[in-house]
Amino acid sequence: MEQTLISIRGYLRLKEVEKLPDQELRIGVFVCDCGLNIAGTVDCAEVARFAETLPDVVAVIRNRYTCADPGQNEIKKAIAEHRLNRVVVASCTPKIHEPTFRNCVAEAGLNPYLFEMANIREQCSWVHQYEKELATEKAKDLLRSAVGKARYLEAQVEAEFPVTKAALVIGGGVAGIQAALDLADGGHQVYMVEKEPSIGGIMAALDKTYPTMDCSI
Amino acid sequence: MMDVGRHPRIKLYAYSEIENVSGFVGNFTVKVRKKARYVNEKECTACSDCVQVCPVAIPDEYQQGFSSRKAIYIPFPQAVPSSYILNMDDCLGNNPIACGKCQEACEKQCIDYDMQDEIITLEVGTIIVATGMDVYDPTELDEFGYTRFENVITSMEFERLICAGGPTEGHFIRLTDRKIPKTVGFIQCVGSRSEKRGNPFCSNICCMNTVKDTLILKDHYPDIQCKVFYMDIRAFGKGFEDLFKRSKAEGVQYIRGIPGDIEENPVKKNLILSVENTLSGKVEQHELAMVVLSVGVEPRHDGKAIQKLLTLSNSADGFLLESHPKLKPVDAPTQGVYFAGCAEFPKDVKDSVTQAGAAAARASILLNAGRVKIEAITGVLDEEKCNFCGQCVKVCPYHAIVPPDRKKNQYPMIIEAACAGCGTCGAECPLDAITMRHFTDGQIMAQLEQILAEKPEEKILTFACNWCSYAGGDNAGTARLQYPTSSRLIRTMCSGRVDEKFILHGFRLGAPIVLVSGCHFADCHYINAVTWTQRRVERLWDKLEKLGIRPERLQLEWISAAEGQKFARVMRELEELRKKVTPEEIEFTKKVLTEEKPKMKVKVKEVA
Repeated sequence: MEQTLISIRGYLRLKEVEKLPDQELRIGVFVCDCGLNIAGTVDCAEVARFAETLPDVVAVIRNRYTCADPGQNEIKKAIAEHRLNRVVVASCTPKIHEPTFRNCVAEAGLNPYLFEMANIREQCSWVHQYEKELATEKAKDLLRSAVGKARYLEAQVEAEFPVTKAALVIGGGVAGIQAALDLADGGHQVYMVEKEPSIGGIMAALDKTYPTMDCSI
Repeated sequence: MMDVGRHPRIKLYAYSEIENVSGFVGNFTVKVRKKARYVNEKECTACSDCVQVCPVAIPDEYQQGFSSRKAIYIPFPQAVPSSYILNMDDCLGNNPIACGKCQEACEKQCIDYDMQDEIITLEVGTIIVATGMDVYDPTELDEFGYTRFENVITSMEFERLICAGGPTEGHFIRLTDRKIPKTVGFIQCVGSRSEKRGNPFCSNICCMNTVKDTLILKDHYPDIQCKVFYMDIRAFGKGFEDLFKRSKAEGVQYIRGIPGDIEENPVKKNLILSVENTLSGKVEQHELAMVVLSVGVEPRHDGKAIQKLLTLSNSADGFLLESHPKLKPVDAPTQGVYFAGCAEFPKDVKDSVTQAGAAAARASILLNAGRVKIEAITGVLDEEKCNFCGQCVKVCPYHAIVPPDRKKNQYPMIIEAACAGCGTCGAECPLDAITMRHFTDGQIMAQLEQILAEKPEEKILTFACNWCSYAGGDNAGTARLQYPTSSRLIRTMCSGRVDEKFILHGFRLGAPIVLVSGCHFADCHYINAVTWTQRRVERLWDKLEKLGIRPERLQLEWISAAEGQKFARVMRELEELRKKVTPEEIEFTKKVLTEEKPKMKVKVKEVA
């Protein structure tokens, strides 16, 4: 890392910002089979073996479904047992389960930002179903990239703000009307903004509506 | 509708538009333009004295133009607010000398020609987008003769003709002779499920709407003969199949086949439909007194403004894109914003009401919690490195950085609550004085170094933005679209985060191809951060060329969250491009970039 960074601008500065934390890095890697979703294409045993060779990785566990309760419990158990201070899960897209795993590691006492994911399902096993060996190589790369990032993760504190206790509903058709009434009946202040001179929207222009065959207004 | 008007906790701004939205989840500030109505809506009792004297007559939009209204009017009798409105575009002139009859007639003196638009500022914690949809205009489908033949009408026009409150008081008559037609045909999928004209998607509501129309017709006029021309009848909802069966039992004929052509009998004004009946395989001709085009639904034509203000995206069909199609169907990708109704996709009344309830419940979670946490991905300034250049202030799409003042030794200040975390400032800062939390230079450098540690020549280094391109990659996965294994994605929140040095470092480590991908310009989740991505990449193309490196090796693509197909195609194309990059070329690139002395570094030393 240091060698390669020398020739790029701002290197000295970068190093100061990015210096590794003083404490010893202890990374736990969890490789998810996702039933056959991942394991059907990617050789997860091979990926797990590979993970063991990565720097600062002290525990590697393979799960059938990491997101399920047994999988999450294994993460929590491993954090305690191996004194993990970074967790990497190789499974699906972070857009689905990053919040799940962040909560999981937080429950085990780790800052949620010390967690990283490798997407070996949506962007690997599912799109390379007929190239199993190459897919396994790609999964290994994605995992080592995630572990690489994990080594530089830092604990973060999320800022908290108050919520203004009012809602805006844009549009006064049947959907806007219903949403506004539900919120207002629930005790919240609602503002409704409608472009036309009257609310009602398209529904108000209908005679009868199915399936009840009654009047629309 | 009435309930909204009189609910103590709902404040209605009708005839109003959203001018601007700022802030973030839990703390939005919204500017609303309340357009001048020229009638005091609180005082107006809808007595209609003004209407009696107004000399202007124009087609009534609510009645689909079948009847007329005045320049001062109420949209429809049950309108909320129950107040008249004066349309200045139609009025003879708001000059009492020119006309002024309505003002004279109004005893309560509600009419004010000098009324001005008002700007109202609202503070809200959450926003529900229920902007609805537009109805397809079938004029472009010339074979159906809509607008050429008077007896060809749309399903929206049908609603007015059959409605007791309509221009004919519910008497369903032909427009040419004002007689009740003996035969009525319905043509399905007009403007829907067509790759060429109209829209490719199924509009969801038109099959059942036609089934409903035939039942109403049969109820009012049992002798009318109804024929429905269809591709498939999609009666998928609860109770729908029963209605469909009832319609058939009432004697409505369902003919599988969409007419290719409609001709008019010039004397009788009847319509002759030529259709291939795909069940019998025969070409048939049907003579009908009236034809109803069952028109589809499309995204609102004026929807882009709201979309931009709330930094929302649309899916390939043009409707608003939800956060997740199964797990977060009413959440917008922008936190604190929810969808209700047809803005998200065509749906019927029941589904609109269901989704509205869901959106209200989701919004209540936020309102009841009373507090919201912001993801810790904001920028942090290292004052020691800053030289007051102000580039960060210039590029910030959210104006979240307070400009620096060199004389007062005041550094730029990043307002954490306003920062959305795109990282453009971090990428553009020439001195690397801004660190993007959780997407730091060091973290991203470590990722790309690991990716390119072995056999870099076989890999395509790809930077993908969280909201669109990365999601587009996921979309390809969900659809199991196969593409070559060479791609290696690094996720950043926005393509604006992709620093020049990441790209150059990728090439320096032997990457044959580097792809930077982000949202389409209109979809950028960080207002206009993507424009900085483009400028940066264009700058780099010049630089690479000067260094003797083929600029094609750096690719820029805009891929939306819905464009899994495009994502896979781009990956296939890049693989072809990768194969053409020679080992000598890669070696040359590595050498050139390793030897290159960065100018900035010298400057940093001077400052230090």
